Amino acid sequence: MGEILVLVDHVDGVVRKTTTELLTIARRAGDPVAVFLGSGYDDAARQVLASYGATKVYVADAPELEEFLVAPKAEALAQAATACGAVAVLVTASAEGKEIAARLAVKLGSGVITDATDVAADLTTTQSVFAGGYTVAAQVPSGVAVIAVKPNAATPEPSPSSPAEEKLAVTISDSARRARIVARAPRAATGRPELTEAAIVVSGGRGTGGDFGPVEELADALGGAVGASRAAVDSGWYPHAYQVGQTGKTVSPQLYLAAGISGAIQHRAGMQTSKTIVAVNKDPEAPIFAMADFGVVGDLHTILPQVTAEVRKRKA
Amino acid sequence: MKIVVLVKHVPDATADRTFDPSDNTTDRTGVDGLLSELDEYAVEEALKIVDAGHDSGGVEVIAMTMGPDGASDAVKKALQMGADSGVHVLDDALHGSDALATARVLAAAVGTVGEVDLVLTGMASTDGSMSVVPAMLAEYLDLPHVGFVGELTVSESSVTCRRDGDVASQTVEAALPAIVSVTDQINEPRYPSFKGIMAAKKKPVQTWSLADLGVDAGAVGLDAALSVVREVVKRPERSQGEVVTDEGDGGVRLAEFLAARKFV
Ligand SMILES: Cc1cc2nc3c(=O)[nH]c(=O)nc-3n(C[C@H](O)[C@H](O)[C@H](O)COP(=O)(O)OP(=O)(O)OC[C@H]3O[C@@H](n4cnc5c(N)ncnc54)[C@H](O)[C@@H]3O)c2cc1C
Ligand SMILES: Nc1ncnc2c1ncn2[C@@H]1O[C@H](COP(=O)(O)O)[C@@H](O)[C@H]1O
Repeated sequence: MGEILVLVDHVDGVVRKTTTELLTIARRAGDPVAVFLGSGYDDAARQVLASYGATKVYVADAPELEEFLVAPKAEALAQAATACGAVAVLVTASAEGKEIAARLAVKLGSGVITDATDVAADLTTTQSVFAGGYTVAAQVPSGVAVIAVKPNAATPEPSPSSPAEEKLAVTISDSARRARIVARAPRAATGRPELTEAAIVVSGGRGTGGDFGPVEELADALGGAVGASRAAVDSGWYPHAYQVGQTGKTVSPQLYLAAGISGAIQHRAGMQTSKTIVAVNKDPEAPIFAMADFGVVGDLHTILPQVTAEVRKRKA
Repeated sequence: MKIVVLVKHVPDATADRTFDPSDNTTDRTGVDGLLSELDEYAVEEALKIVDAGHDSGGVEVIAMTMGPDGASDAVKKALQMGADSGVHVLDDALHGSDALATARVLAAAVGTVGEVDLVLTGMASTDGSMSVVPAMLAEYLDLPHVGFVGELTVSESSVTCRRDGDVASQTVEAALPAIVSVTDQINEPRYPSFKGIMAAKKKPVQTWSLADLGVDAGAVGLDAALSVVREVVKRPERSQGEVVTDEGDGGVRLAEFLAARKFV
């Protein structure tokens, strides 16, 4: 068993749930070593990493990590991997995570696997490909395996540890300081669970006619996140950050409820692995029904509020 | 200004995509292929720079692909949309190449084109959909890269990009030459016009082998791949559950289903 590097996914120091999933996965395969890049490392962050079994934490804080896009993080991570002789590196399969993985693979001369939905103790990965049509088992046969893991790939399991902390003095090259972040507009918080992490997702499509009120109300009654089809996003009805599908987010919740969504292959690509799928659509021929565990043929404008009321009544 | 657009030829997503059972590689011959839809946005963005006409020296757009015989169709489509010329990297040794080898070969091909100001790519190929080739290309070519760009402004010497991330939307600047990968939010790709289709027939397409690029055949292809597919299993079709027609109580019945499954 060797050291498995886990890149800590955090927002201004607040460690995201995906990191606890990566640490849980890393423990299967070896000793998890967390790498915290950027500012904001504090007691709360330390606590999370220790609770999920990190044996060591590298902390690297340099202004370049926040001033420039991705490249400095890849350099720092490569230096951490070399410093501890890691056998594998796990990152979150977000847009940034995949770009870091890509650069790291070139730097280390390593194979890279993206969008793993599971990683076994021998680092064999599971991936869902071709819009969920196939399941693929893959491996990096030699060298340091660089693996970008999808959210929800594992259930986080606590395993308290008292990790050694080491400050990592990183050197950032001139090459890595060329894509400068000149402005940053944080996304407004919705108070709902993070789309990719939510256990329940309620999505609306073109069939909403532009009114996402009933979709949001049902999501709130169920404690879920809101998603949208590309047709709804392209119409300007809901922000792109909530798009589910090939060019949006991939979700794999316990429950996915599609309202006014036909079920095009590109949409299915983002929700096909949901445990339970429920659809509301006025067209009995809509392809979404073929994959639904339960479906209602009818108008979402009357059906969704009825579900919401019934759910509220049952919860009261 | 010289722009290279990377265009991948992929199996049609609406057809029955499959794998070659002999070596677990993507079947690229048994399934109809087309220009990866997400690369159309990159082609369109290049053509918009041409249309804007702000570079007095003119803007040249080169569509480049790496892939087997049929991959030249991706270049052809880009030429029909309005690209000026094409490059097809074609070599039997490339079969089964992983993302690293692909990026290495494309980097060599961009290098062979010469003084390139901007490389535009899609956000992901619609078959592998790894979203890694552009960032790898940046490493090999030692150029800045801005990925997942939803809005692009190009000047004679730099790019300004809006990148919409999970937690924030960022504005990123980089000097040219640079690599930019664009999302499907950035524009609405044009359809080739009849005139464009006719004009494309006369546009030059160069075919380059690995030897032309000075890339060692042993460094690419299935045998050199650093990630290996061990097993491919077709996912069982999801079976259809109960579908009821709303007769005034559709919402209640749905809620009952949710309660039975313990979601309420
Ligand atoms: C490269 C590429 C990438 C793409 N990426 C994505 C992606 O990431 N995500 C995505 O979602 N799509 C994506 N698409 C688009 C996809 O092909 C479909 O166009 C899109 O998913 C359709 O959205 P929709 O189901 O909301 O709309 P439609 O297909 O128009 O379906 C609307 C449905 O609503 C039903 N309806 C209408 N009114 C009502 C009502 N009152 N009550 C109940 N039902 C009603 C209709 O019967 C219909 O089934 C992509 C396409 C391409 C080419
Ligand atoms: N074989 C290829 N030929 C041309 N461009 C490619 C090829 N592979 C990848 N690309 C480009 O890189 C982008 C990302 O690809 P990927 O990393 O495979 O998701 C694509 O949208 C293309 O623009």
